[in-house]
Amino acid sequence: MGCDARRAGEDGLATDMEKQLKSSALNRRWRWFTNHLATVLAILATILVIAPLVAIFINLVYKGASSLNLNFFTKIPAPVGEEGGGMANAIVGSAVLLGVASALGIPMGIAAGIYLAEYGRGTKLSNVVRFTADVLNGVPSIVMGVAVYALIVVPMKGYSAFAGGVALGIMMIPTVGRTTEEMLLMVPHSIREAALGLGVPNWRSMVSITLKTAMPGVITGCMLAFARVAGETAPLIFTAFGNQFWSTALNQPIAALPLQIYVYALSPYDEWHRLAWAGSLVLIVLIVVSVSLVRYVTTRGVLKGAS
Amino acid sequence: MAAVTTSAPSSPIRAFLQSRGSSSIADATFRWIMLLCALSIFGIVALIANELVMSSKLTLAKFGLKFFVGSAWDPVNENFGALPFIYGTLVSSLVSLVLAVPLAVGVAVFLTEMCPKALRGILSFLTELLAAIPSVVYGLWAIFVLVPLLRTYIDPVLIKLLGWTGLFTAPDFGIGMFAAGVILAIMILPIISSLTREVMSAVPYSQREAVLALGATRWEMIRMGVLRNARIGIVGSIILGLGRALGETMAVAMVIGSSPTISKSLLAPAATMASVIANEFAEASDDTYRSALIEIGLALFLVTIVVNMLARLLVWAVTRGAPARTA
Repeated sequence: MGCDARRAGEDGLATDMEKQLKSSALNRRWRWFTNHLATVLAILATILVIAPLVAIFINLVYKGASSLNLNFFTKIPAPVGEEGGGMANAIVGSAVLLGVASALGIPMGIAAGIYLAEYGRGTKLSNVVRFTADVLNGVPSIVMGVAVYALIVVPMKGYSAFAGGVALGIMMIPTVGRTTEEMLLMVPHSIREAALGLGVPNWRSMVSITLKTAMPGVITGCMLAFARVAGETAPLIFTAFGNQFWSTALNQPIAALPLQIYVYALSPYDEWHRLAWAGSLVLIVLIVVSVSLVRYVTTRGVLKGAS
Repeated sequence: MAAVTTSAPSSPIRAFLQSRGSSSIADATFRWIMLLCALSIFGIVALIANELVMSSKLTLAKFGLKFFVGSAWDPVNENFGALPFIYGTLVSSLVSLVLAVPLAVGVAVFLTEMCPKALRGILSFLTELLAAIPSVVYGLWAIFVLVPLLRTYIDPVLIKLLGWTGLFTAPDFGIGMFAAGVILAIMILPIISSLTREVMSAVPYSQREAVLALGATRWEMIRMGVLRNARIGIVGSIILGLGRALGETMAVAMVIGSSPTISKSLLAPAATMASVIANEFAEASDDTYRSALIEIGLALFLVTIVVNMLARLLVWAVTRGAPARTA
């Protein structure tokens, strides 16, 4: 009786163990499966993300390169139906706009960065400024365009290159300021102390010693901001407005490469579509070159040499 | 300073230093200029807000809060309601998040946890490049490549499979809310994935090692050790992506079809707050019309500021504490 019961108990134990073994084997298989499934899904996601990038570049090169010729860089847009127009005025216009933007955005951004890193380290004010800069960075570019329209275009009674440049310049300030700050924070204290110990005035040591040491990084930040702003269209639609003719005057509407691409892309003419692709290719090459340069500078440890 | 110089006998060194003058004025001036530039960031945000409010006074007074619940957009009769654009902005952003978030997290997981080191640099550079492409180039590509692709291959399948939900119903022009959502997803992917990667790398290695030591597989380690610890930061990066999607203008304006209507089907043309400003501002001739568009800009400004603040706070909360925890 007792023996039977024990036998039954042992049987139960055995089946229990069997069950457990079975379930643990199943469990192991299931865990193996999910592990590999996750890996496959992650790889798939990466491929899916890279695919549009590859597609965009192939399309740009394929459709853009065929319309790139000397005319593109030397002629102004031809009237509809005529062959052989170019985007020379848009390229020059973009250069003018970016010049104005840099003249406004880079000094102010660097100054704000110097304040954040050198004077306001750890203070409440600098935390708030830093936070506001991040928020300003997230303000949609179209809103910036509307604000500059109300601020400059309405009082000046007309679209102008100056207004476009200001809109782009404001957008550069947060990026330049934050990277400058980060780069200045990397400069070791001993360098500042050495300068101050030699009797160099504080402001002079910041400009000629600290800032100079961090210069490669600061230039990186400026170029990143520049590359970002170079492709902006939304803030230019109702500030710089665009122009079919040569113009470099700051108080007149001016053409810009992204703006011209936008207008041509929405036009019904094949010839203009080709120009839009060519313009995009030029714009992208410009941006990719500057971004790669930035990456080269930052990863090759130009900064490490300084510290 | 002056008192000291009169009492002390003058040595050549002291004379030299005195001849150079004090740098305290220059130092103070420099300091004030730097402070002014830092404060100008505040000034800019305040100025933008002020200009937007002043320029939209006309419709703010005329329509009040009704502006945001009215669905009529009739420039001819000067009757303005922003609801279709608010709806368009929300839905297109939502579509883009649904598409982008799983992919972005997948890429981040692959790059931080699985990828061989040699490949990591190249892949992260490529995703960064995706962020550097201008909006207008995305728009151009979307018009001539993505929209035909959607129209001929993907939309018919969606109509057949998901037509019963009412979200994907014919007529299908290719352009519309769904196309805008897809291009937005491609654009916000790099932001979400790079920030997610940052947050995931901030998770200390001891967490991963602890989970692995308990016999976890790699996926279990990622799920329990990394993703769970990084979840607040990931939410922050998603909200940051949302902030970008809400304000993205050119690419959306080029493919959404700009029609101020609310329709259930995602394949129908629509308009977002940003796209309506871009498409109609230059042709808005009278003051009320212009004021209505500027008021939409004001609403967009406020919404993106709130969304961005939220996201920054979340990301900060995670990454700021990180170095202390690893140490």
